[in-house]
Amino acid sequence: MILQLSQVACTRGGRLLFAGLSLALGPGGAALVTGPNGIGKSSLLRLAAGLIAPFEGHVARSGRVALMAEDLALDLDRRLIDALSFWAKLDGGDQASARVATALAEVGLAALAEVPVRLLSTGQRRRATLARVLAADAPLWLLDEPGNGLDAAGVAMLEQAIARHRAGGGAVLLATHQTLALPGAEPVLLAERVPA
Amino acid sequence: MTIIGTLIARDVRRGYAGGGAGLVSGFFLLAVILFPFAIGPDRAMLARIGAGAIWVAALLAALLPVERLVAPDCESGWFDQVAVRGLSLPLVMGVRIMGHWLAFAPPLMLAALLAAGLFGLDGAALVRVEAGLLLGTPGLAALAVATGALTAGLRGAGGVAGLLLLPLALPLLIFGAGGGDMGAMKLLAACSLLLVAGSPWLAAAAVRSVRD
Repeated sequence: MILQLSQVACTRGGRLLFAGLSLALGPGGAALVTGPNGIGKSSLLRLAAGLIAPFEGHVARSGRVALMAEDLALDLDRRLIDALSFWAKLDGGDQASARVATALAEVGLAALAEVPVRLLSTGQRRRATLARVLAADAPLWLLDEPGNGLDAAGVAMLEQAIARHRAGGGAVLLATHQTLALPGAEPVLLAERVPA
Repeated sequence: MTIIGTLIARDVRRGYAGGGAGLVSGFFLLAVILFPFAIGPDRAMLARIGAGAIWVAALLAALLPVERLVAPDCESGWFDQVAVRGLSLPLVMGVRIMGHWLAFAPPLMLAALLAAGLFGLDGAALVRVEAGLLLGTPGLAALAVATGALTAGLRGAGGVAGLLLLPLALPLLIFGAGGGDMGAMKLLAACSLLLVAGSPWLAAAAVRSVRD
């Protein structure tokens, strides 16, 4: 198993968001978290990433994790390729710059590699954070509203990237309120897990 | 090792980028220049207070970069990405202290040369001041990072940062400006070491509480 949540409960600011949630993702697996605003989609992803501790239950991961949150977390004054290379170097392995170059080409930003991050548009910034996920080369992807700000071509590119990742034995946990094509994804309906 | 190198390189680059280091040494020199204006051109008096004035100015200059040491990375989700990669937060904060010291101390010590000339310090006094700064600035850098982390979640933290940092930096000031005999130097080094050893844990805990 790449990610396993067993009977997990999550509280934020003393309020119980959801409880009794179990989920297992193996190689090639995907889970789609849906639900209205504020139900705890992002919190579930942060829980799976290990950024917050579960109030109850147990979270187990094997292997590295790539997180695409709503934050950019790239140095605005640096060139896009340098900002991404910083994270690729922290991800370890050699050929960090080669991985970044491939990822940039995949998300369609190869022509903007030399442009400072602060000049990128909203959609381009989303693509850049997706490039960081691609370059991380991690088995588990945690994507929080990955389609936000992307145009139709961008959404298609995202769906293809996810499909390739799963075909290569990776797993994806994705939270969104958009319609994304994720064939065979396990639905996670948080609304059913809200305690009465 | 490459990870630590990558982190230090980023922190040092950010320290010098946008004239950050120049701003600190410029502010330091301006603060130092105020003393002769306020006290008057009494050479003997200026030479006597020189070391103390340089230390007071260094303390004030250490406050300047506090707000951009940790807070921007908290806001941009940088620490989330670091945590997801399984890097130890105290280690990251320790590296940040080192990176900040590299961007803060060398320009300050260079500017102190000019300041020493301004006060007419003799060679021996200059060596004492520079040696004191070399020993004390790691402690100041550690305090700045810890203060930056503690105030990262606050809006308009500039004033609060001063209230936090300056009292904690008092031992550095006392032993750094204090005559420069060997005993004071050893105590200065001890204070500095204590701050460098403790601040990464404090800063990491503060960042964790902001992130939650």
